[in-house]
Amino acid sequence: MAEAMDIVSIARQTDRITTTELIEAIFDDFIELHGDRSYKDDAAIVGGIGMLNGQPVTIIGNQKGHDLEENLKRNFGSPHPEGYRKSLRLMKQAEKFNRPIITFVNTSGAYCGVEAEERGQGEALAKNLLEMSDLSVPILSIIVGEGGSGGALALAAGNKVWMMEFSIYSILSPEGFASILWKDSKRAGEAAEIMKLTSYDLLELGVIDRIIYEEKEGEKISYAQLLNSLKEDIEIEIKQLTSKSKDQLIEQRYNRFRKF
Amino acid sequence: MRLFKKRPYISLQKVTNDSERAPFVPDGMFVKCPNCKQSIYSKDLGNESICPNCQYAFRISAQERLHLTIDEGTFEEWDEDIVSSDPLSFPGYDEKLKKAQINSGLREAVLTGSAKLNGVDLAVGIMDSNFIMGSMGQAVGEKVTRLFEKATDKGLPVVLFTASGGARMQEGILSLMQMAKTSAAVKKHSDMGLFYLTVLTDPTTGGVTASFAMQGDIILAEPGALIGFAGRRVIEQTIKESVPDDFQSAEKVLEHGFIDEIVPRTELKEVINKLLMMHAVSNSHF
Repeated sequence: MAEAMDIVSIARQTDRITTTELIEAIFDDFIELHGDRSYKDDAAIVGGIGMLNGQPVTIIGNQKGHDLEENLKRNFGSPHPEGYRKSLRLMKQAEKFNRPIITFVNTSGAYCGVEAEERGQGEALAKNLLEMSDLSVPILSIIVGEGGSGGALALAAGNKVWMMEFSIYSILSPEGFASILWKDSKRAGEAAEIMKLTSYDLLELGVIDRIIYEEKEGEKISYAQLLNSLKEDIEIEIKQLTSKSKDQLIEQRYNRFRKF
Repeated sequence: MRLFKKRPYISLQKVTNDSERAPFVPDGMFVKCPNCKQSIYSKDLGNESICPNCQYAFRISAQERLHLTIDEGTFEEWDEDIVSSDPLSFPGYDEKLKKAQINSGLREAVLTGSAKLNGVDLAVGIMDSNFIMGSMGQAVGEKVTRLFEKATDKGLPVVLFTASGGARMQEGILSLMQMAKTSAAVKKHSDMGLFYLTVLTDPTTGGVTASFAMQGDIILAEPGALIGFAGRRVIEQTIKESVPDDFQSAEKVLEHGFIDEIVPRTELKEVINKLLMMHAVSNSHF
């Protein structure tokens, strides 16, 4: 098994698959829907409606770029409050039309800036967590790169939470963690080991429900193959979740997080 | 010719470190207000620990808060036996917890229970920044969740005084999960038509701001309280610029529309009481 810090680097690689590429590969007829209806459209989060095996679903995810130019446009996948408000708007819309929700999480965290604070970053995250807790449609969340802190959780409070093998999910970046607890961000490697941020550790803790393997017997699985089986897995899961009643879905989600 | 014998300098008294000769100020006699930076004679803070100059409400312990807000002898503590474990086996965390318990007289960073306020029944939670900066780990999350679950069962309003630096880093991802757990319990309470009042005290930040602190039906704050999501240092490192001193003060947050009112500590009990009464009336009609 790789060292935790190696996995952190893989999770952050700019050539890692992005949300729009996942949407393209898994869903048909995706139509992007923009804006939070209150301030602006946050390009760090993409959302919209697409078809999954003939069924309309709402898809929401953090978008990172493969190069600097796109990353500047996407703010490196770190949303401002308006991104979370757009996300909640689309979730509420999904609930109205009884559409399952699939989220792709890939952010180092909610953006930490003066304007983000002034526009209520904390309130936006708090509201999403509050409202997501009793949405009456299935939510499947998949962590595909970085899952950083509250900014990730606000897209990942789902009925099921999956994780790509070489992604990470943590309370804070290992650098931030080391800097807060040991006043030394250079001890990030040591922090990564202790934080239990890898998919293997998180499965054991029950924080995630499934690992999407990226390697088989030491060989990297091709993206084409990985996406094919991921699409199948998503279809099966959504089918299972959709067979539950609204109350069962809400209760299952409540208990999923109640146990921690 | 005596003129020329005059020394062209003044002799100074020899400075010594002799403590007996230094002006004597006993420790704790003066405090510096963290908000307006004035030095204040500590007795001028009064029983309520308020800066006489700028009204800043000093950080107080959960016990002091209880004494100021709750009717004498009515507090019944809930879940006092819930304490933190050490899920990551984080080096030094056990000792840190023990030290915090000794220093604060609390077992965890939040005190929860049922009580009366001017005769009105309520469920109350009080966070204490003296306990590892009021940070939220599994124990705090569990106590807050149970506070809402019990209040929902008993049909009680919840008043929660927040004070927190955010998530308890030493418990890692399990601290993060508390944000979703507590939020879901708040929602259940809310869906029953029950009233939830938050009082944001200095400081309320991080994962607590991004969960139950900002989920109140009505959100009050104390004067000068620091309220935000990201810490100032983190923001400065992110944007590579320094930020104004007061940009996360309760007053600024009010200006931006994220809290309902700032209430001086001297009036807080009365305002809470009025709000509780107003919500009790509307419930009985429907």
